[in-house]
Amino acid sequence: MQDMGIEVLFQGRNFVRLLEGLWVTVRISVFSVIVSILLGIILGMIMTMKNPLLRIITRCYLEFVRIMPQLVLLFLVYFGLTKMFRINLSGEISAIIVFVIWGTAEMGDLVRGALTSIPVHQYESGKALGLTTVQNYCYVIIPQTIRRLLPQAINLVTRMIKTTSLIVLIGVVEVVKVGQQIIEASRLTSPSAAVWVYGVIFFLYFIVCYPISILSKRLEVKWRN
Amino acid sequence: MKKTSKLIALLLSITLMVISLVACQESSDTKDTAGKSETAAPSDTAANDVAADSGTARTLDQIKESGKVVIGVFSDKKPFGYVDENGVYQGYDVYYGNRIAKDLGVEVEYVPVEAASRVEYLVTAKVDIILANFTVTKERAEQVDFALPYMKVALGIVSPDTALITDASQLNGKTLIVSKGTTAETYFTENFPEVKLLKFDQYSEAYNALLDGRGDALSTDNTEVLAWALENKGFSVGVETLGSLDTIAGAVQKGNTELLNWLNDEIKTLGEEQFFHAAYEATLAPVYGDAASPDSLVVEGGIVE
Repeated sequence: MQDMGIEVLFQGRNFVRLLEGLWVTVRISVFSVIVSILLGIILGMIMTMKNPLLRIITRCYLEFVRIMPQLVLLFLVYFGLTKMFRINLSGEISAIIVFVIWGTAEMGDLVRGALTSIPVHQYESGKALGLTTVQNYCYVIIPQTIRRLLPQAINLVTRMIKTTSLIVLIGVVEVVKVGQQIIEASRLTSPSAAVWVYGVIFFLYFIVCYPISILSKRLEVKWRN
Repeated sequence: MKKTSKLIALLLSITLMVISLVACQESSDTKDTAGKSETAAPSDTAANDVAADSGTARTLDQIKESGKVVIGVFSDKKPFGYVDENGVYQGYDVYYGNRIAKDLGVEVEYVPVEAASRVEYLVTAKVDIILANFTVTKERAEQVDFALPYMKVALGIVSPDTALITDASQLNGKTLIVSKGTTAETYFTENFPEVKLLKFDQYSEAYNALLDGRGDALSTDNTEVLAWALENKGFSVGVETLGSLDTIAGAVQKGNTELLNWLNDEIKTLGEEQFFHAAYEATLAPVYGDAASPDSLVVEGGIVE
């Protein structure tokens, strides 16, 4: 009996709790991912502008987010805002804010890279055809950019999903934390539970991240032509 | 080409929608979480609608009025604070928390905290009380107000049954395994210079060294060694309390004297009915069994002998 760690999964509400934890993970990451991709595209376009002031500001923003560990950002938003400005945000809202700040910066840099990798003659040909700047971006540049962007963007998205395991430090109980609670609660009765619980968590993350990979592959094939 | 432009238009409109959504959500946040707080405790952070919005701790009256006391506990430190298979908070700290809520005449809401964020939760008033196996230290006392203690920890020594160490002086000339940076390391260096220390970075390495027989005994917090000795047959804790006693107490935000005084009175009243011995029986005894005696861990009425 004591070696049947798998039984722990079906005791009480344990399995349902893991799924509830997964739902917390998914809703926070999906929401932040969508917002960061959209804001990131805009940021990336701003970063390629020639305006020196905008460049400095976006550069500072990017470097700040890159240097700051996500954990520090989480603490700053969750505890820091309350301490300094008496703004009391819930853990989930704080998490979404931090992930959007982080995701937008990284996504912006990816977009910037993709935009600058488009050969200059593409921009110039568009202009020569009499397209306005907005038209040029919409019809010529962005469609090409998205294609180049896809692989890195997918990397970022899956990384964001997995990094949500940090948010437990600001009191949001997501799937990994539920797993740890289950393992710890049954440590003495079934020591091998850890393997099973972490196995299930691995599988749950896989279920969430794999469709994204499939989607990106499909899009890549579709856009090749 | 037309398709892509439509796609982009769609993307942009979604952006705007999402941005406005975020804005709305922040303002209506209080409402949202209030609805959620009725569901099971562990999966969300509903605490924030109850706790003070301003970052200042709530007074006793405000807690009673709101009908809910918010307590920060561990959610994965069995047997002190953990969540059972039904998603319900359990443990020694929680047993005490339930009683506090009962005596305040309010509901209790537990917020899962981590060791590193315990002080912050109080400083920002995201919880009213912390009951998360909070060891009283000078540094912490500068940031939070500790109530009277309800538990104590000291060092313990675990050794093989075949050569059981029952007194620290038996270790002179022998090898003792300790973890670096623990109170055990400092204590033995200062008080028993003749004991040879074998130091490890991690607890797991230290315990494995003892299993391999690379030392005669191992010393760390008594709660740790007691639990470990239970899982490992052939080893017993010969010395249960050694060195300076550290106490574990509830804590409130600095300056929240009203709640602090209430907690201190509560501890004294509970001491008369030997409440923490009952708490020990209900939560710690099943784990420690005969390996520990309640008196080496429990503090009644806030008085440490």
